[in-house]
Amino acid sequence: MESFLVSVTVFALAVFVGFEIITKIPSTLHTPLMSGSNAISGITVVGALVAAGATDSDVARLLGFGAVVLATVNVVGGFLITNRMLAMFRKKK
Amino acid sequence: MTADSAIQAAYLIAAILFILGLKGLTSPRTAVRGNMMGAAGMLIAVLATLTDRQIVSFEMIVAGLAVGAVIGIIWAVRVQMTAMPQLVAAFNGFGGGASALVAAAAAFLPGTIEGVPPIQVDISVALSAFIGSATLSGSLVAWAKLQGILWWQPRGLALQLLSNASALTAVVLGVLYVLDPESMWLFAGLCGGAVLYGILLTVAVGGADMPVIIALLNSCSGLAAAATGFVLGNDVLIISGSLVGASGFILTQIMCKAMNRSLWDVLRGDLGEAAAARPQGDIYAGRVKSASPEEAALLFDVARVVTVVPGYGMAVAQAQHAVRDFAQLLEARGTEVRYAIHPVAGRMPGHMNVLLAEADVPYERLYDMDTINPMFTECDVAIVLGANDVVNPAARDEPGSPIYGMPILEVDKAQVVLVIKRSLSPGFAGIPNRLFVNDKTLMLFSDGKKAMQDLAREVRDL
Repeated sequence: MESFLVSVTVFALAVFVGFEIITKIPSTLHTPLMSGSNAISGITVVGALVAAGATDSDVARLLGFGAVVLATVNVVGGFLITNRMLAMFRKKK
Repeated sequence: MTADSAIQAAYLIAAILFILGLKGLTSPRTAVRGNMMGAAGMLIAVLATLTDRQIVSFEMIVAGLAVGAVIGIIWAVRVQMTAMPQLVAAFNGFGGGASALVAAAAAFLPGTIEGVPPIQVDISVALSAFIGSATLSGSLVAWAKLQGILWWQPRGLALQLLSNASALTAVVLGVLYVLDPESMWLFAGLCGGAVLYGILLTVAVGGADMPVIIALLNSCSGLAAAATGFVLGNDVLIISGSLVGASGFILTQIMCKAMNRSLWDVLRGDLGEAAAARPQGDIYAGRVKSASPEEAALLFDVARVVTVVPGYGMAVAQAQHAVRDFAQLLEARGTEVRYAIHPVAGRMPGHMNVLLAEADVPYERLYDMDTINPMFTECDVAIVLGANDVVNPAARDEPGSPIYGMPILEVDKAQVVLVIKRSLSPGFAGIPNRLFVNDKTLMLFSDGKKAMQDLAREVRDL
């Protein structure tokens, strides 16, 4: 129960940090914000890696494999496309 | 320091890098570095996880990382900027899908997860599976709509009832699953109900409402990751997931406010009954002044300040480069060119900004709605390019209008308004626009890109 409360505390504090930072992001950057934050939500890859490599259950490993693929597309594609977009915003004459 | 606490330390560093990375996005100058920091955080988290002693075999991992990376790289490098809304929609879905799959794998795990109470695992597995599955299917529907594959847009009571019923079924099965975590049938049913719910929730959402639904799905993909964090007792997942959840939620709110509609109305595809009942009537008959490019070009001969108001039509016509060329021509003649960006112009938050950035328009020239509206009085020519509802004065002047109360770009305060449009067809809201018959307004009926090129040619000849 104690560890659950700690997790909830972490969750609540992170939500506040998120609100504080993201309200300061200008509307010009809202699309990169979405693709960039989307790449961050690919952190679920961490859980996927453990699932794909840890168990002796074949079903769980296959599910883990699927999760690794999806999460990696998310992470790699997400950071790359965000970088591509942001590079366009930066360049000036 | 044990191996486990080393991994925890690496996760903490990753979480800090994510926060600093998002903070970097508060300015275009620091944004690229911010994104790099996020990517570095992700790399650290992945490398640390690979040293986890629970991992005993690497075949699936290597194969999964390779397949995912190749797809991700090809997609991100080749996608056109105009197809960005589809890409963001699809990636949201992948994030949700990955979280749901991790939850499923945890459900199939024979043992318990170290350091996490079984009841927390079961509840979070159900939550993560629900949010993740609905995000996946909802995002795929959004993707198909944006891609132009899916035209079907049912609405009405039956759809709502079905959608509510699927959500309720999934929730009931979820509760039953928590009571009996051994039953994989309950788990499968929960996922199936959630997938159906995601589809039914997004299928009623139409074109111009897409920014809201994309922001909402963005938020959900984060919440799904956070729920997965609760499954695994993993703080970096909880932190990152809630950051993204908060981000998507704020964007959703901004989009809803910019349309003066509740999230609920958007999800129902509801624009008020008035839209359907209102006679389309011929308010345009004989009162529209149309101009040729030659005539329209004369407007720019003496203009000191020109404001471009882009909309989804600019994206469809791929006119952003032509706009930039035209603007540079005007600037060379001493005219100041500004861009007025409505928060919901286009199909996702920031859509117009990305397209104009692609065409090398300096972001300092882009003004948001609240800043530019008072500046229209000093504007000589406002060019409305492929935008309709976001400049419709009915939102300001006609209390009976379905879009009444929606904040608009007040282009009718400019000296002259040049509307570039292919026809007089109504915008997404399906209502006529009195701006087109305003005394100040000239219509240039043409494709957006061609119109800008024609105007540039004529202005050069002046």
